[in-house]
Amino acid sequence: MSTLISQRLRSRPDQEWPGHRLLVHEPLRLDCGVDFGPFTIAYQIYGTLNPDRTNAMLVCHALTGDQYVADPHPITDKPGWWETMVGPGLVLDTERYFVICANVLGGCMGTTGPQDINPATGDPWALSFPVITVRDMVRAQKRLLDHLGIDSLFCVTGGSMGGMQVLQWAASYPECVFAAVPIAAAARHSAQNIAFHEVGRQAIIADPEWCGGRYLSLGRRPVRGLAVARMAAHITYLSEPALHRKFGRNLQDRHAVTYGFDADFQVESYLRHQGSTFVDRFDANSYLYITRAMDYFDLAAEHGGSLANAFKGTPSRFCIISFTSDWLFPTSESRELVRALNAAAANVSFVEIETDNGHDAFLLHEPELFETLRGFLTGCAEHRGLTRSW
Amino acid sequence: MTAVPDGGAPLRPCAVEARPSVGGGAATELRHDLKLIAEMIEPGARVLDIGCGDGALLAYLVRHKGVDGRGMELSQSGVNACVGHGLSVIQGDADRDLAAYPTGAFDVVVLSQTLQATREPRKVLETLVRIGRRAIVSFPNFGFWRIRLNLLVCGRMPMSPLLAHPWYETPNIHLCTIRDFVAMCDEIDVRVERSLTLDRHGQPYSLDPHGSLANLLAEQGVFVLSEKRG
Repeated sequence: MSTLISQRLRSRPDQEWPGHRLLVHEPLRLDCGVDFGPFTIAYQIYGTLNPDRTNAMLVCHALTGDQYVADPHPITDKPGWWETMVGPGLVLDTERYFVICANVLGGCMGTTGPQDINPATGDPWALSFPVITVRDMVRAQKRLLDHLGIDSLFCVTGGSMGGMQVLQWAASYPECVFAAVPIAAAARHSAQNIAFHEVGRQAIIADPEWCGGRYLSLGRRPVRGLAVARMAAHITYLSEPALHRKFGRNLQDRHAVTYGFDADFQVESYLRHQGSTFVDRFDANSYLYITRAMDYFDLAAEHGGSLANAFKGTPSRFCIISFTSDWLFPTSESRELVRALNAAAANVSFVEIETDNGHDAFLLHEPELFETLRGFLTGCAEHRGLTRSW
Repeated sequence: MTAVPDGGAPLRPCAVEARPSVGGGAATELRHDLKLIAEMIEPGARVLDIGCGDGALLAYLVRHKGVDGRGMELSQSGVNACVGHGLSVIQGDADRDLAAYPTGAFDVVVLSQTLQATREPRKVLETLVRIGRRAIVSFPNFGFWRIRLNLLVCGRMPMSPLLAHPWYETPNIHLCTIRDFVAMCDEIDVRVERSLTLDRHGQPYSLDPHGSLANLLAEQGVFVLSEKRG
């Protein structure tokens, strides 16, 4: 079954996926020095842009997220990854705001990535795809906003890698960002996080089906390596208390251990399921490229080693949100960010939310997250002079 | 909060906790001493309120004086309530988190009923006048006659509406009298621009704040400070 869907993912022309598409002709100068383009950006929009074009919100997705923030996923049919947050009457109220979410550069849901055809060779890019950075992703998004005629975003928000993009937006285009809400994020990827990513990448690379990255041309797919990468990463998105609460040492459909290597424990079965469903919707090379982009992210390094310099004179209003049990992007990282923003005399709010849901809390129903964000946005809307209807 | 000191009247909650709720925009009545502080702040000023509680003063200043207001609060629930009401507030600690602000970042820095709970009040004061052009500091006067009498008569650690915790769980670790405070300001690079002493109802006395009488009669002091120059 899984192989069948994988086949679908690979052979399906991306034009079939629902949503909007922008072909950017003018090449983009990437951090690695390559002028990349033309390229495609796949994106979703919700709500209506007001006549003043002041109510646009950009939602940035995480490592394995996509543009289907409030629509069913075209491959898995699962609800949008933030459908509890984005919609009419919800916190990111589409009756009030114009919400945009674009697949990141290097992604595999319609925006140009390593699985797409390199026009110069007629083959998939694979490892000849240039290494991209979070700043490159944001540069690409800026092209999309230019195309949509939006000079200034009311708000940029996102969790995890989405939060990194939010920070990059605020640093690269401060005059375009009225409010910035990075959630469960950090201004740089920590050594521990790079280490976990490396485990994932090596799992993919070690899969013989990966074939030096050329698996698509050869009609193969490194699903085992990608699944292991996802399993390892998934553990980092949870917390020990949450794992204990959900699974404990409970056995999976059996009364005793089997003295073998089947998934005896529920937690094993759960992880295997996470791994096997992930490969249906994600490209292994995209995983390599996007994890690399996160590893390279270090906003202070871009600004002479001082994080405060990244936000010097910023006009944006910031709301930093972290979760108590998030050990991937712990509160200490958010605090460092707050200190830097204070040093830059920025307008900043900082909220730590108590939960045992770990890093994934930003995707889950956390009432305090919703309340905080709603209050912050309402305050910002007042300052921006956004009225409830137009 | 239900503890009653020996022979005393039932206690009101302590100052910080007693701040009225922001209430999502309802016309809340600001506590007297906070109102006095609010009157000292010019419209449109850049203000940092340290120990802002649930944001009552900040909300008032933003709404009525159009200030560019920021807050810092130790309790996470206070911070979350403030941000949920659209105020710019961070979770932080006066001892640890003020140093990051650049010099002159604010027109006014407010430290209301919080100085006595800091680990290094002297350092905090010096930082306040560095990061703000002016600092407004209010604190409970430990020289207040009721407190003196309480200790004298009952022989137990005094408690009052402003100092409502029993000794074993009070956050107030650096209590001082008004004279103590003035003496410290003299010692360090802090200039007292203006001072007020308030009675039990938060009404200002027309007493010389530097005199012994004020130190005896005032329940709290409100001081406007700046950096000594030259």
